[in-house]
Amino acid sequence: MASTTIPLSEAKTGMRLVLTGINVQGVLRRRLLDLGFVPGNVIEVLQKSPLGDPVAFRVNNTTIALRREESSQIFGNILGGE
Amino acid sequence: MRMYTIALAGNPNTGKSTLFNTLTGLRQHTGNWAGKTVLTAAGEFVHHDVTYRVIDLPGTYSLYSNSADEEVARDYIIFEQPDVTVVVVDATSLERNLNLALQVLEMTNRVVLCVNLMDEAKRLGVHVDVTRIRQKLGVPTVAISARNRTGIDELLEQVEKVASGKIIPQPVTISYSAEIEQKIKELEPHILRLLGTRFPPRWIALRLLDGDEKLLASLKAHLDTVAAPGLKEVVPHEQISCH
Repeated sequence: MASTTIPLSEAKTGMRLVLTGINVQGVLRRRLLDLGFVPGNVIEVLQKSPLGDPVAFRVNNTTIALRREESSQIFGNILGGE
Repeated sequence: MRMYTIALAGNPNTGKSTLFNTLTGLRQHTGNWAGKTVLTAAGEFVHHDVTYRVIDLPGTYSLYSNSADEEVARDYIIFEQPDVTVVVVDATSLERNLNLALQVLEMTNRVVLCVNLMDEAKRLGVHVDVTRIRQKLGVPTVAISARNRTGIDELLEQVEKVASGKIIPQPVTISYSAEIEQKIKELEPHILRLLGTRFPPRWIALRLLDGDEKLLASLKAHLDTVAAPGLKEVVPHEQISCH
């Protein structure tokens, strides 16, 4: 079961991922880390908005919506048998 | 009568304002003040013949993302230096809440950690090992339910001990990568020479390494008002030319 690293923007609804890295700098990086987008943390893709952007993620028991602009710069390994 | 100042810090919706109301008997409305935050609420109460002034800081997840609320909370803790900062955390989501707690512990050792919403945690089957948290973080830790007014007496006892200096907490030091630690070591002596021990040198070093310009601007403004009150008497050119 090789794990594939994908950006969060490519993850499907219902997927769970272990974060591996964030390719964002500065204040936004800080903000994402503060919200729980920390490497090693498990996040779940909750649902997409009608137009597909933004997408809601479950992080540390909280729902956070990210736009593709940010979610495409956050990477994780898919958990489970997919 | 001796007076101590207590700041309440914590994530949004951890019950800071409920605790504030419980302590002061005031009816501060809970809600969000995002954006245009001023220090919203201050109240007082008396405990063992000592007056405590309580400041309800805006709820934030962090002190470094530089939103207005976060700046207010951060500047208050670092510049006003309250006698005790009570960090209120939500017992049902400690992982998210401890981020802010650790940030505060890097700024000051005069902290009491207050694990609130214990009733809610119990209902969800969450057990919180307060003793272990205290050992790990090195600061007094109290479990309370502000809503049900349980644990308040013990909270006040710990606040009193930290405020009066009976307890001097020794918070855990967060260690960074070797590279960053090396840079902190290089910066600290310079910071000590420039600022003395008024601000924690390690914390200032970390902000410098972080390139946190807003903090540096606040620091400069603070030092200007404190160190050079005489400058205020200089009348700006525009003001003269008005007449």
